[in-house]
Amino acid sequence: MWTKPVSQRCKGARDLLPEDLELFRHIESVFCRSCSSWGYREVRTPTLEYLSLFTAAGTLTPNMLSRVYSFLDWDGWSGERVVLRPDGTIPIARLYAENSSCWKLARLFYITNVFVFEETGTENRERWQCGAELINGSPPAADMEIIALAIEILRNLGMDDVEILLSHAGILKALINELKLDLDERAKLLDRVLDGDWQALAPAESNEPAVQGFLSLILTSKGTRSSFVRNLKSLPNLPQSIHSALEEFDKVAELLDVLGIRYRIDITAVRGFEYYTGVCFQFLYRGQKVGSGGRYDNLLSLVGGESTPACGFALYMDPLMSLVTRGRQQDSKQGVVVKCERDTPEAIKVGFALGDMLRKRGYLVEFAFTGLRPASQRRWLVKVGDKPGEFLIVDRQSQRRRKVRSVDQVISVVGGE
Amino acid sequence: MPKGRFLSATAIFLKEAGVEFPNYSEQARIYRLKSKGHPSISAKVFQEKDIPVQVAIGNYDLGICGADWVEELVSKYPSSPLLKVLDLGYGRGAIYATSSKFGGVSDFQNLVEQCCSLRIVTEYPNLAEAMALKFRLRKFKIFPVWGATEVYPPENADLALLWAENEAEIIAQNLVPLKSVLQTNVLLVANKVSWETKDLGWLVGVFSSALGRENKPWLDIRPGTKRTANGFRPSMESIKIWLALPDGHQQAPALEFLSRAGLELDGYSSDVLDRRPRSAFDWLGVKVVRPQDMPLQVANGNFDLAITGEDWFLDHMYRFPSSPVTKLLNLGFGRVRIVAVASQDLPINNIADMRRLAQYGKLPVPRVASEYINIADKYVRDNHFSRYRLIPTWGASEAFLPEDADLLIENTQTGRTLAEHGLKIIDTLFESMACLIGNKDSLKNPTKKGKVVELIKVFSRAIEGN
Repeated sequence: MWTKPVSQRCKGARDLLPEDLELFRHIESVFCRSCSSWGYREVRTPTLEYLSLFTAAGTLTPNMLSRVYSFLDWDGWSGERVVLRPDGTIPIARLYAENSSCWKLARLFYITNVFVFEETGTENRERWQCGAELINGSPPAADMEIIALAIEILRNLGMDDVEILLSHAGILKALINELKLDLDERAKLLDRVLDGDWQALAPAESNEPAVQGFLSLILTSKGTRSSFVRNLKSLPNLPQSIHSALEEFDKVAELLDVLGIRYRIDITAVRGFEYYTGVCFQFLYRGQKVGSGGRYDNLLSLVGGESTPACGFALYMDPLMSLVTRGRQQDSKQGVVVKCERDTPEAIKVGFALGDMLRKRGYLVEFAFTGLRPASQRRWLVKVGDKPGEFLIVDRQSQRRRKVRSVDQVISVVGGE
Repeated sequence: MPKGRFLSATAIFLKEAGVEFPNYSEQARIYRLKSKGHPSISAKVFQEKDIPVQVAIGNYDLGICGADWVEELVSKYPSSPLLKVLDLGYGRGAIYATSSKFGGVSDFQNLVEQCCSLRIVTEYPNLAEAMALKFRLRKFKIFPVWGATEVYPPENADLALLWAENEAEIIAQNLVPLKSVLQTNVLLVANKVSWETKDLGWLVGVFSSALGRENKPWLDIRPGTKRTANGFRPSMESIKIWLALPDGHQQAPALEFLSRAGLELDGYSSDVLDRRPRSAFDWLGVKVVRPQDMPLQVANGNFDLAITGEDWFLDHMYRFPSSPVTKLLNLGFGRVRIVAVASQDLPINNIADMRRLAQYGKLPVPRVASEYINIADKYVRDNHFSRYRLIPTWGASEAFLPEDADLLIENTQTGRTLAEHGLKIIDTLFESMACLIGNKDSLKNPTKKGKVVELIKVFSRAIEGN
């Protein structure tokens, strides 16, 4: 007896079934259309990159790097490791750095998979994301554009009430610098904070009372308007590095206020990406994180390009697919099944010719010759009769049946007379 | 239980704890042992590196090995079901990141800030990668080696990551201890599932009470490691050609061959292990390394020539088909057969029989053990095995059958040792002998090419005289 075998799919890998992919393509196409209408152009980078692209200080945290898929290529005797792309933005930065002569300002978007090892194997290790990058654009205008674009895409996907969490990586980095730790400890603390453990900062002590006070304020208070940033900025004796980061943050927040984009400010909302230098944001919908992004002004020079300001975001396909709903497809109603009374070569030939003409007019046509039983119902069934030029049309919606005598008549009946 | 550096101390510790294993010695070459007085405890002797893997897989409930090999596994595979149960107290040491006294690197921080690519040579590739990521080395290349790590810096590596008892030992090897990466000692490790479900308490209790004693003679045993000083001669500029010569079993026949060829080497003899012997030719630099490591090192241009086995040459070529390594000359000695081996208890006579066993579910996922991991992989793939598991080993592979592997790809001269272990040869993959390998790219250099041709002439004399 045949028993269902144990799945041969890799742990942490996933198949996308037709319904999944219809949803996937829908999200993709909304994303592409939206980006294109803002002047962004699509690019694609290879799945394999050199590991060294991601090990440069300031790109990925050691915790992220310890979960990449890296290996020696077939010509890897030199010890140079390659990696399955673990991040979407860094390869785009490399692509820009290597082609920057083509563009000054680049508005780029991409749809890509990234590979991150996840221990339990219950979550996807291959994740898709849709991202946009605005390279060589300065704050605050570029940051505002990127956030507004992301919001528009999410709205076009039917998510009207997206929550934005704002933060600023520059403030965090300046703050950790001000704690004046030795290099080892500084690296350790930064790693923990970037991995989301902000409480690691709580026991940190600064000799500067101003820094200490600032630290405890950002750990405990959150804001919803740019005035919150200005309040922080007004604190006395703040080190210059923190002050100028607040300054930049304030300008972005103010623009968002003007545009009526609502947000929450939580300085502790930076996660994972060491390369952010300025404003960072996360998008949440019904409590789920659906995307994130930020400013990364140092990344271009880290991947071998000229120092160039840049920012961008990525939307995550997995949560989007669970949140985006989409009305039933129209095409299944408008579909036509073509069948023959008897499957003679002549009848099949007529059936093919009919199918061809219907498809050219935009109909979905499925054949139902012997051995081909359509899995789903379509609205129309057309039977090719034994006699030349004889067709039987069944409208499954109204249960009406009609006999017609030519292909043209079939088309006019199916086409709504 | 470990072979190698901690064998003596472990043997004394077990004896003192009252669980002595007769025949647990380096010479015995018996791998399956029963405890005297406690026949319910059986043990197997492995290369230390294999022990954490074997315990994690669940082939063994408990294992004794250095913390360095535990971390080497866990740093790459953090979810390994391996528990550190007891610190046995002996074998204290550390993994050091070191550089050569004669190289340019003397400070770890400088290294971190350096932006050119660092070459790291080590027996601990996973620990090396974890270290490189932790300290955010900008660009690095890791060269895993089977041994002789200390001889690579400065010209063949910027950093060597190796184990030593203390800094003094590193310094005695003319190396600079830049950073201690990991403190180590000998551990009793347990498989997590065994620990949660089986009664291991009695044995652990015996160990614990031994550790509580006043008198601990096992602490006085020094680890049995052979170290050599990395003497560096400043006359390197005159050297045009680097030749790698084998250590270990291959050393004696290689020495005999070279003396027949009339190539005298000062420091390459059976009683002295100098890793940089001197030849009569001032243009010839010689280093003694593991034959397993030679093809990769030749590919990277660290050596122009090397005397290794065809087995290791092929293992390298199967992994890196476009490697610039090429075989220049068969040297005629060190003949072995590379064979496929199975337990005499299996009802099979050839590899097709084994595939059938696999197909009919008698051996659902055959485990294939070998030191030649790429040769083994290609062999089972070419024989159309659909599912199989490769188990890399680090020597003494015949001990893996039948409990811990089903098929073994191994070299043999007479087949006698295999038969003694209850194993049978079911296929011969190829015959291998010592050969001279070189780097195609370095032969493009006319000066080098001239010298290589000169050496080939010298070697050919010995072959013709055979």
